[in-house]
Amino acid sequence: MNKDEKIDFLKEKAKELRKTLLTMIHRAQSGHPGGSLSASDFMTALYFDEINVRPDEPTWEDRDRVVLSKGHVCPVLYSCLALRGFFPYDTIYTLRKQGSILQGHPDMKVCPGVDISTGSLGQGLSTAVGMAIVAKRDGKSYRVFCIVGDGESQEGQIWEAVMSAVKYKLDNLIIYVDNNNLQNDNTCDIVMPTGDLRAKYGAFGCEAFKINGHKMEEIVDILNVIRGSTNGLPKVIVGKTVKGKGVSFMENVVMWHGVAPNDEQFEQALAEVEGGF
Amino acid sequence: MSGKATREAYGEAILELGKENPNIYVVDADIGKSCKTVPFFEQLPHQHVNVGIAEQNAAGVAAGLATTGKIPFVTTYAVFGSMRMVEQIRQEICYPKQNVKIACSHGGFTPANDGASHQCIEDMGILRTIPNMTVIMPADFYSAKKLVHAAASYDGPVYLRFTRDPVPFVYDETSEFEIGKAFQLKDGSDIAIIANGDIMSKAIEAAEELESKGISVRLLDMHTIKPLDIKAVQRCIAEIGKIITVEDHNILNGLGSAVCEVVAEAGKGVVKRIGVQDKFGESAPYEYLMGINGITIENIVASAEELMK
Repeated sequence: MNKDEKIDFLKEKAKELRKTLLTMIHRAQSGHPGGSLSASDFMTALYFDEINVRPDEPTWEDRDRVVLSKGHVCPVLYSCLALRGFFPYDTIYTLRKQGSILQGHPDMKVCPGVDISTGSLGQGLSTAVGMAIVAKRDGKSYRVFCIVGDGESQEGQIWEAVMSAVKYKLDNLIIYVDNNNLQNDNTCDIVMPTGDLRAKYGAFGCEAFKINGHKMEEIVDILNVIRGSTNGLPKVIVGKTVKGKGVSFMENVVMWHGVAPNDEQFEQALAEVEGGF
Repeated sequence: MSGKATREAYGEAILELGKENPNIYVVDADIGKSCKTVPFFEQLPHQHVNVGIAEQNAAGVAAGLATTGKIPFVTTYAVFGSMRMVEQIRQEICYPKQNVKIACSHGGFTPANDGASHQCIEDMGILRTIPNMTVIMPADFYSAKKLVHAAASYDGPVYLRFTRDPVPFVYDETSEFEIGKAFQLKDGSDIAIIANGDIMSKAIEAAEELESKGISVRLLDMHTIKPLDIKAVQRCIAEIGKIITVEDHNILNGLGSAVCEVVAEAGKGVVKRIGVQDKFGESAPYEYLMGINGITIENIVASAEELMK
């Protein structure tokens, strides 16, 4: 696959991903579509191009790790895992149901491919640091990708974790900040301004980049740039994104943080996603 | 009575464990000197992480280490290990039942002159309510060493509580301990004293005094309050019926409460709880703090005599 073909492939996969996550949230009539949609393009690039995982051997010790620190957007993670074959696709219809491996927030004990249980914001990044330290100490080549929200960056523990990542020279840790500027109650600017997150992570000593988190070309390019880095600096990619991206009535609307679409909205959403952006 | 702080036992045990098993890690939060992990850090730097004054991150990093098969011991003071990082312990350690140990010095009133901010009287009760957690306070140096080894061998979360200051020796290196099983120091038939931690020597002396007064005492070291040795408590109820609990912990939710739960469900038996009277301490001598809370040999003896009436 040349680069153009790869971009086209990933864009199509991103559509499939969005349709899958909308389907599971619609079926469950519960879940978090807004932040799942904003993180969809980066997650697609991870699971369909960048990371080294084995769906038939989910606990393979040399796998790249993915920590979804903003655990409430697990529909996007579950969709990646379903489409990569970590579990049968039809499992998506069990989201948030009693006995399901697809718990309301990710549960590492029951869901293949979930590297750590998350759901309480601010905590996942610390666990990613622990995983990355082991790779360094034990001479493993795996990398750790951690998906953090911009609202989540209001948690003090995020900055504790960043300091430790810098101290331990974790150039094998890639933090993706899904910078959609919306959180539960309102915009980040109103609730608690997070400011220039690239500058903040950079000031803590990370190698920080900013991209358009919906431009697949930019995502692929930045992952190319940081792959194989041995400069001792943790990587931060601030993806400027739109919450609800791909579904017009969800885009930049605070309410769609944690509300499921009704039947009519769902049909419209699927059609819009299929149409692309 | 000669003795040693149980944090010293932790320092020795964790070094032994780390040398035996390269998967043993220590995660410090800038109080390694106080918690006796310096030899571990000096001799096993590749099994050591120090996250600085950032306890929440310490718990999270440990959880991440554990996902790869490491056995991390997060090392801090009891106030921080049970409260500053408690939600991290719940979410990333207990909920996924990860093999992480929380090893805490400065339990109870043992950091006496540090004052209330550092005297942890709530920790065992808090940790006891979290599913999957095991909660232990050893009584002396020798039992602490054995129980640290036992915690390392157990696959799951464990909270261990140690003393800042020396406590008298109760055991010797031949004594053996099992998580979740009370150690019977003495058998008797009139009164059962169930105690744990740094006050064990007081319980022993009280038992001796009671014996001299003709009252026969069964004395149990309930080092593990969760899982509680329910059978041992049930035997006390069935065979003796009168129980005194003694602990350097708030009278709410600790050892005394755990024993009362069993007694209440049994529908018979009587319990007198001795412990911290639901109030904060202050900078003061340890014995003073014990005294104003009635955690004394005299009060144990008087309580037993009262129960015998």
